[in-house]
Amino acid sequence: MFEMTKNVLQNLMGKSSTRLYPFAKRETFERFRGTLDIDVDECIFCGTCAKKCPSQCIEVDIKGRTWTCDSFACVYCSNCVEACPTQCMTMSNVTKPPAYEKDVIFYKGKPKEPKEKKAKAAKDEKPAG
Amino acid sequence: MRTILPFGPQHPVLPEPIHLKLVVEDETVVEALPNLGYVHRGLEKLTDIRDYNQMVNIVERVCGICSCIHSLNYCEAVEKLLGLEVPQRAHFLRVMWGEIHRIHSHLLWLGLFADGFGFESLFMQFWRIRERAMDLMEATAGNRVVISTNIVGGVRKDITPEQKAWILAETDKIEKEVRALEKTILDDYTVKKRCCGKGVLTKEQAHQLGAVGPMLRGSGWAQDVRQTGYAAYGQLDFEPVVEYDGDSYARSKVRFREVYAAADLIRQCLAKLPEGEINTKVKGKPEGEVWHRVEQPRGELFYYIKGNGSKNLERVRIRTPTFANIPPLLAVLPGCELADVPVIVLSIDPCISCTER
Repeated sequence: MFEMTKNVLQNLMGKSSTRLYPFAKRETFERFRGTLDIDVDECIFCGTCAKKCPSQCIEVDIKGRTWTCDSFACVYCSNCVEACPTQCMTMSNVTKPPAYEKDVIFYKGKPKEPKEKKAKAAKDEKPAG
Repeated sequence: MRTILPFGPQHPVLPEPIHLKLVVEDETVVEALPNLGYVHRGLEKLTDIRDYNQMVNIVERVCGICSCIHSLNYCEAVEKLLGLEVPQRAHFLRVMWGEIHRIHSHLLWLGLFADGFGFESLFMQFWRIRERAMDLMEATAGNRVVISTNIVGGVRKDITPEQKAWILAETDKIEKEVRALEKTILDDYTVKKRCCGKGVLTKEQAHQLGAVGPMLRGSGWAQDVRQTGYAAYGQLDFEPVVEYDGDSYARSKVRFREVYAAADLIRQCLAKLPEGEINTKVKGKPEGEVWHRVEQPRGELFYYIKGNGSKNLERVRIRTPTFANIPPLLAVLPGCELADVPVIVLSIDPCISCTER
């Protein structure tokens, strides 16, 4: 009958098991998959992340050089991060803050320099050098 | 006089929508008729548009509480089709995460069960211990419930030596704290009054109606799919937990003692953890058909997979433990008091989103 007495006393004397959430926040663990982000300057817009995504929340436009992620559809599985050939995507351990509206993460990359121009520029540079 | 009483789909003791039509005579249940289909999501059909690697994340979402073991089963089945040899370390890590999941699932159920007959303090105690298991999963795999750690060919993350020591310490703490609650739930007058002799499933009935998991083992059958030795279970010392009474009390006892068994398996797993790679490169596309079964916290989980040589599988058929446990539930309900129905329904650990997928 008195099995719980020790436990009850511990609960009364000890610290609370819960936190006052908005004021006291728990630190997340290092490996926690919280938010998805991309370093768009490194991105080559190959679309591998969009193909690997199980919830199909990523859209990559190769011609327009845009990368869009519907973060409210994302399941934070990190399939895209592992598949990325340039390793430009990251999962940080910060939880996404509450939002009033559904929005998307949108990035526009730098326009790709045409190959011919590059070659020409290289040619032009050589005689000068 | 006979009356039909609806039980569910929304009921205070059940977080999930099971609907039972109870035919009652005065206060005694005469017959129970199930009505399912409230949370059907058509996950099996998604094989048409998602490839077999993406399906790992989809089958995890069949059920949140045993997500890791769903993906373990699926991955092992696809690996069988592809003829992949998975590194030993991956097998052991899969078992470790599976057993942490089992602890978390059983503690969740024990809490809900205590809450089912109004023992709210005990509910809080169990869920506080469960928090430790959730933290283990968050720190090692990256998430708390749907941990997405299994992939076709192995596992995604390795554990560091510091984490290994921490997991062992936490497992010991979990076991110690659960043992402290043992007498409260198993020797308590109220608990015994509400559970002993309620919803008795005899040994013959359990066999004939195909009960699985704690429902089967609570009726005296020492049968556990982990004995078949899938993943790394073949290299671990393991014995199924058996009780003989077949009532709600025996079933809760089985689940309670399985927490200790799971803690023991985690310790063995970490002691025998071999060094080496954690995943292999996957080549080829699945062709042919295969079935695979594993033991979930609720019982046997069965997967049938058919591949046609393309990146999409042709068919994935999942039979979950709750689906197998519904006929035994319908067999134990007639003859019981109406007030005992919530506790008996809870004692099979129903997971309706599992059943309907």
